[in-house]
Amino acid sequence: MTQLPPPSAKKLGLVIDLDTCVGCHACVISCKGWNTENYGAPLSDQDPYGAAPSGTFLNRVHSYEVQPDQGAAQLIHFPKSCLHCEDAPCVTVCPTGASYKRAEDGIVLVNESDCIGCGLCAWACPYGAREMDAKEGVMKKCTLCVDRIYNENLPEEDREPACVRTCPSGARHFGDLGDPDSDVSQLVAERGGFDLMPEQGTKPVNKYLPPRPKDQEPEIDILAPYLEPVAEDGKGFAHWLDKALSSLPGGAQ
Amino acid sequence: MTHHQPDLDTSPKVSDEVRKTTCYMCACRCGINVHMKDGKVAYIEGNKDHPVNKGVLCAKGSAGIMQHNAPSRLRAPLKRVGERGSGEFEEISWEEALTLATDWLAPIREKHPEKLAFFTGRDQSQSFTSFWAQGFGTPNYAAHGGFCSVNMAAAGIYTMGGAFWEFGQPDWDHTKLFMLFGVAEDHDSNPIKMGIGKLKERGARMIGVNPIRTGYNAVADDWIGITPGTDGLFILALVHCLMKAGRVDLDYLARFTNASVLVNEDPKSEQFGLFLRDSDGEPQVIDRRTGQLAPWNGQGVEPDLAATYRAKGISHRPVFHLMADRYLSDDYAPEAVADRCGIPAQRIRAIAADLARVAFDEAIELDREWTDFRGIKHDKMVGRPVSFHAMRGISAHSNGFQTCRALHTLQIILGSVETPGGMRFKPPYPKPATAHPKPHCKVTPGQALDGPHLGYVQGPEDLCLNDEGDPIRIDKAYSWENPMSAHGLMHMVISNAHAGDPYKIDTLFMYMANMSWNSSMNVGGVHNMLTDKDENGDYVIPRIIYSDAYSSEMVAYADLILPDTTYLERHDCISILDRPICEADGIADAIRWPVVEPDRDVRGFQSVLCDLGARLGLPGFVTDDGSQKYEDYADYITNHIRRPGIGPLAGWRLGENATLQGGRGDANGGQLESYIKNGGFWLAHVPENAAYYKPFSMDYQNWAVEMGCYDVPQPYIFQLYVEPLRKFQAAAEGIGTRQPPERLRGQIKATMDPLPIWYAPFEDGHVDPVEYPIHALTQRPMAMYHSWGTQNAWLRQIHGHNPLYVPTKIWETNNFQEGDWACVTSTHGSITVPVAHQASLNENTIWTWNAIGKRKGAWALDKDAPEATKGFLLNHLIHELLPPKGDGLRWANSDPITGQAAWFDLRVKIEKAAAPEESQPVSPPIKSPVGQGPDELDWKVGE
Repeated sequence: MTQLPPPSAKKLGLVIDLDTCVGCHACVISCKGWNTENYGAPLSDQDPYGAAPSGTFLNRVHSYEVQPDQGAAQLIHFPKSCLHCEDAPCVTVCPTGASYKRAEDGIVLVNESDCIGCGLCAWACPYGAREMDAKEGVMKKCTLCVDRIYNENLPEEDREPACVRTCPSGARHFGDLGDPDSDVSQLVAERGGFDLMPEQGTKPVNKYLPPRPKDQEPEIDILAPYLEPVAEDGKGFAHWLDKALSSLPGGAQ
Repeated sequence: MTHHQPDLDTSPKVSDEVRKTTCYMCACRCGINVHMKDGKVAYIEGNKDHPVNKGVLCAKGSAGIMQHNAPSRLRAPLKRVGERGSGEFEEISWEEALTLATDWLAPIREKHPEKLAFFTGRDQSQSFTSFWAQGFGTPNYAAHGGFCSVNMAAAGIYTMGGAFWEFGQPDWDHTKLFMLFGVAEDHDSNPIKMGIGKLKERGARMIGVNPIRTGYNAVADDWIGITPGTDGLFILALVHCLMKAGRVDLDYLARFTNASVLVNEDPKSEQFGLFLRDSDGEPQVIDRRTGQLAPWNGQGVEPDLAATYRAKGISHRPVFHLMADRYLSDDYAPEAVADRCGIPAQRIRAIAADLARVAFDEAIELDREWTDFRGIKHDKMVGRPVSFHAMRGISAHSNGFQTCRALHTLQIILGSVETPGGMRFKPPYPKPATAHPKPHCKVTPGQALDGPHLGYVQGPEDLCLNDEGDPIRIDKAYSWENPMSAHGLMHMVISNAHAGDPYKIDTLFMYMANMSWNSSMNVGGVHNMLTDKDENGDYVIPRIIYSDAYSSEMVAYADLILPDTTYLERHDCISILDRPICEADGIADAIRWPVVEPDRDVRGFQSVLCDLGARLGLPGFVTDDGSQKYEDYADYITNHIRRPGIGPLAGWRLGENATLQGGRGDANGGQLESYIKNGGFWLAHVPENAAYYKPFSMDYQNWAVEMGCYDVPQPYIFQLYVEPLRKFQAAAEGIGTRQPPERLRGQIKATMDPLPIWYAPFEDGHVDPVEYPIHALTQRPMAMYHSWGTQNAWLRQIHGHNPLYVPTKIWETNNFQEGDWACVTSTHGSITVPVAHQASLNENTIWTWNAIGKRKGAWALDKDAPEATKGFLLNHLIHELLPPKGDGLRWANSDPITGQAAWFDLRVKIEKAAAPEESQPVSPPIKSPVGQGPDELDWKVGE
């Protein structure tokens, strides 16, 4: 079993806005591309052109239908990857020390050379955020693009996770959730960001922003004055038009 | 075990080199950074400097590496050796392929150029391919717009000189209320997502109007699950409410639209319904300063919206009066349309009221001076911050043209086109219909056509008809059946060629359109037409040449295959002459260049046309001594001159004293190098005082001339009343010498109304709505682009098959359970497919993802791939003709004005079915010319 380091002051993570995510999977494939070419073994695909294609992904988007008490059913897109928990059960369960949480920023990683592919960590993760690579036989997971965020070979503006850089609707945010003044912490505070499955006691660092209420049509009573007919005085639309035109600039007859 | 951290290099080398080019994973044209390692493509990300995507990239774009390395890539030219449709080919050399093509095409050009039908699908080099076809001399050229969104493009251009997407976009930075009608989730892919993100960040409201609540509609604040085909009725109800309440921008309507233009009101006059014009032919208004007639564009004129004019016993009223007559009618009251639209009247009113509130109470003003075309100076720009966007959803119906017109009318009466917070055009638009070419169709054997094929007709005199009144074009574009078919009708080419109606052809030459599969209605019928033989045992369509980069379903049906490159191996220009990548604040164009060289015996199709054009001696493709003019497409892009100073690319042209400049200038041999250095694109910003009111602003018009968008300023006003429509209607009433056939008079009179109308989708009148009560639609997923992407190893793990999504009411009525299959029947055919429940749907609508279903043997997929066993096409249920209705005629399943394929008019019935082994119908497997993809991938090119 592997020990966690003392909690770090810096807690790097993602804030994912469920109100804005359109479910386009851009983050899924950008992640697949970067992490196939970079950190550790490539993310392999089995039977990629066959009957049952199945590959390793570190980030997937799920979609759920929600039926509110009133009004039409809604569809929520829900991207999910490792939440870099403070009390990460995937680390403590690891028999070899391959799974670890970084002392300096809280990122949870797998040291692939120590990983024996036993899969205990995937069982321990309540979020299903780890995937065993079928070709390499090692456990793969979100690295928060640890090989991008500090990478001096990248321009400063690109030092963020691939999924955040690519997200077209700006639904993904990256930053230090240990700093209450950071942009991401502020966003969580303003929008009522929440933990995924807090009852599991894992203290996830990643946060989700809830969808705003939908289908809240303004009361017609408030808006009714905007649709008051202009020609109810019996003189007709043409009369209104003449009057209205005369009040326009240049129309002072 | 105690905590132990290994040493980790957090600054690994990312790549050897970054090459910047343009994505082609869909038609969005984003800028991409291609990271290279050891000369190979290692990783693709968005280009942060690029005007389209500003660094972001969708799933398709990031999966480009799998597309570029796909096992389905064709490897060499192929000559058919088995029967058509079998997939039996032999590889041949390029010399043999081009000799064969020349031997087929040269005699056609010599005697009957029209016997070549050249249709180019979804490519974006149409200004080049049309130039080639024009040189060949055939009138039979178009791209795929006829089955895509010609209704949107044509309605936009006739009404306001531009439409959405390439033409215009919402003012994402200022809009406060955004209404989105039925947009394919992959069209204008990243800009719409970025725009929605901006709205969300500001807390602006978004209303989605779509029978299906997925994607963009899933994040909309309000969802209107409208009945398919009734959008026009809903929109006109909004127009009714706004006009009735006087919540319209009268000043804007008077100055910048033809609401003030006078219309002849005398039913006995030959001019009935036409504009009153002066001796110069200019439409007339009443000038409020004088109360007298004045031309619409006279200096200082203040057009009156209300005043009428009577002369020589004929009354003339302004267009706005005609609009009031029509739209104030209770026929358009919310209560009158609610049931048909499936939207409660109160909800329609609430939306109309909110549009009024935001447009007028939350108006915005920018302190920017500008001068209009009447010489009147304005010291500020007033914005109505409501905006709209739409695409194929409202377009692919038989009432789509008028519905798109209705939407533009709604935008215009609110004063929200080309004003801050509304909709903005992207250069070289705005450009009115009158500034576009008219269609050309004069064929001379051995010579070029007399002008560009496609354009905008202004009346019956511009139709492409012969002396007998029959269509000149094989697709019957610009005929009485669909007079304003501005994009041609690619979807009718195969059936017309097979039927020999209007005539037989010799060679069908196509590029990048999967016409034997997802791009055709009536798929099985098309297979028969492509393989049918005459009494002599010859194919009814004698020869088919096809170019594609991949082993698509269409390959098997060609006699000669010209294999194209992938998008990372080729030159391209995304030209302002074509479908540009401009933004509302900037004029821009872009290139693709070979960031890697092909490792197969393939050539870029456009380079092949340069070669073939020279072999055929086409004007524009040979020099004076008869030798090949353009070595390849890169040579053409650099050196072709379309008009003096104007070429395919506007950036880094050669000015006086060898300075480099944007817009106009001479060809510059180093132009492509300049593009590559700049990241693959060129961009010039629209000046601030020209950024809005573009059609009316002399600040913009003069800048646009400088940039080469056009050669003289051409300000215009929006055409709420489209006079050319009235001219066709008048012809149908018997006026004029060019007359429609009797059978079409009624249709033309009813549909070609000069003011927007709504009529029920035609299928409703041909199909029993009681027997077929359900609407059936398709959508494109955001992570897949029809025939370009379905074999992509990464993306097919997201969309590997496509269930038929069924709303709760139908699900429960049929007692469907998870894992069930259903038989879906239209009057044309039936399919048996897997179903899935979706609650967030219009209760009478079923739908599926478009073009996920694949044929066995195509795309280098295993024969048991879910795309082939569980995937399916809805196309089997749709016919290019409507079912007979007992009048002895067969009516086209398309919009009667533009000919747009009416995919979304489809009505069906559904019942539970025993699960077959695989989706029905099953097309027999075709032999793969490229074998099958590998069993495993672990794609890492670097160390």
